[in-house]
Amino acid sequence: MPASRLSRTPLPGIGIRYDLTTREQQRLSVIAHRDGARTLSAYRSDDPDECALSTRLSSGEADALIDALMPSHHSPTLLHTTDLGLVAERVLLSATSHWNGRLLGETRMRTETGVSIVAVLRRADAIPSPAPDFRLAGGDTLIVIGTREGVETAATILGRE
Amino acid sequence: MHSAVFLIEFGAIILALGLLGRFAGRFQFSPIPLYLLAGLAFGEGGLLPLGASEEFVAIGAEIGVILLLLMLGLEYTANDLVSNLKTQYPAGLVDCTLNALPGAIAALLMGWGPVAAVVLAGVTWISSSGVIAKVLGDLGRLGNRETPVILSVLVLEDLAMAVYLPIITALLAGVGLAAGSLTLAIALGAAGIVLFIAVRYGRLISRFVSSDDPEKLLLVVLGLTILVAGIAQQLQVSAAVGAFLVGIALSGEVAEGAHSLLAPLRDLFAAVFFVFFGLHTDPSSIPPVLLPALALAVVTALTKIATGYWAARRAGVSVKGRWRAGGALVARGEFSIVIAGLAVAAGIEPSLGPLATAYVLILVIVGPLTARYTQPIAGYVGGVLARRRTPAAESVQVPAPRDTAEALDGQDAADRS
Repeated sequence: MPASRLSRTPLPGIGIRYDLTTREQQRLSVIAHRDGARTLSAYRSDDPDECALSTRLSSGEADALIDALMPSHHSPTLLHTTDLGLVAERVLLSATSHWNGRLLGETRMRTETGVSIVAVLRRADAIPSPAPDFRLAGGDTLIVIGTREGVETAATILGRE
Repeated sequence: MHSAVFLIEFGAIILALGLLGRFAGRFQFSPIPLYLLAGLAFGEGGLLPLGASEEFVAIGAEIGVILLLLMLGLEYTANDLVSNLKTQYPAGLVDCTLNALPGAIAALLMGWGPVAAVVLAGVTWISSSGVIAKVLGDLGRLGNRETPVILSVLVLEDLAMAVYLPIITALLAGVGLAAGSLTLAIALGAAGIVLFIAVRYGRLISRFVSSDDPEKLLLVVLGLTILVAGIAQQLQVSAAVGAFLVGIALSGEVAEGAHSLLAPLRDLFAAVFFVFFGLHTDPSSIPPVLLPALALAVVTALTKIATGYWAARRAGVSVKGRWRAGGALVARGEFSIVIAGLAVAAGIEPSLGPLATAYVLILVIVGPLTARYTQPIAGYVGGVLARRRTPAAESVQVPAPRDTAEALDGQDAADRS
């Protein structure tokens, strides 16, 4: 599946418009405003120059929408509070993980990323608030909460083989 | 005692503006006309003549103009300006010809002389980027294909201001041809150098100004701008142009940061500027110029629609979009007042201020309406004309069935377009 190409049109004084034409010849565009807001537009089929829908999204709303649109999201998000910007995700440790048998403290998760690991799901039981001396094992699912960037970094760290 | 009177007066003005702004917001239109009306009400011959705060309001108005132009410069990067100039200059020329000429001709017809003609040309030429950007957002047209065309016309107008303002500054100062040419050369040279530096070394300038602390960034940007504006004024180039060039030279994060920091200041002082302009206009001088203002407004609304139509056609936008582009460009606003303000301050033709006031009041209110309804009206008129033509065509020859089908198709196409 080749990546679809977005064409860029600068809108001086407003921002940049990214256009996408789908396989069904439906045109969509996103305007990136300079203040971080986004305007999502879909075009009318009878007048390709005019928008049938034009919705302004705050950066948080855009984030939530991206979440729903991400086809290859690596784990379902359990909780997403846009107003606080916190994300909670499940991160699965693979059987061959670098962290298999190591202590939770060794990941230096809170120092490195600022996320908290609030629980570990192992087979059928959940261990709430694991301490730093908790020994991880391949196949564990960790529930992490933090900022979006933090959680992404945490997933990268925990994904080490 | 004096200061108490001043505080009471100035506070009352600002409070009144705030309430007017809320009122305007409720009806979804620009507060500019209300600010102008407030100035008329407070000013000489108005309901409440002011005394103590006159001087401060005058200085505030100057700062307002500087901030308006600075923010405009911050909106654009130098690359925006240069690339627009390269690709869109014919649209800019058409815009200038169609919209500046009516103003100049009107001034000459009224016997105001050449200097006033150049000033009025500017008043009718420059659309209001602020009003238009807001209207496009409100109508959900930011994503439309004609929008980049509209914006590029606005960019070119703003760039043209950098050349135009020094010219009228020199004309109003009554300098001779030699001194005037020198001023213009300085202005053009400065604009060219700033654009060149901003394109090449924009990052360096921004790094010099950059600061993580909003307070320091605000002080540095504001100080730099007012200083450069003052120097520009000293060189007879026009303070506004100096501020505009500072805005252009700043780019990237600094521009973003400065933009959000300065926006409230700009709003305050720009409002003060509109009030100041109104203060210096005697309300009783407006009725005599109402008819010329109305005529000028009608003519220049039509010429702007033609400009937008032409520019959009050049960019390959469909017929509907061309009408939308034309209607969107009609609004005039802050810059017409800035230009007229310079002339009023210089004390040429006394009727110029009232005329500009009436003209802007009309078009700042009509502009959003034309933006909305030009295309439906044009479509309706076009449909009526098409229907008139079709029966006429049929009476000439009885078409074969296949032709009728085609004619109907054509009719549909006409309705669609």
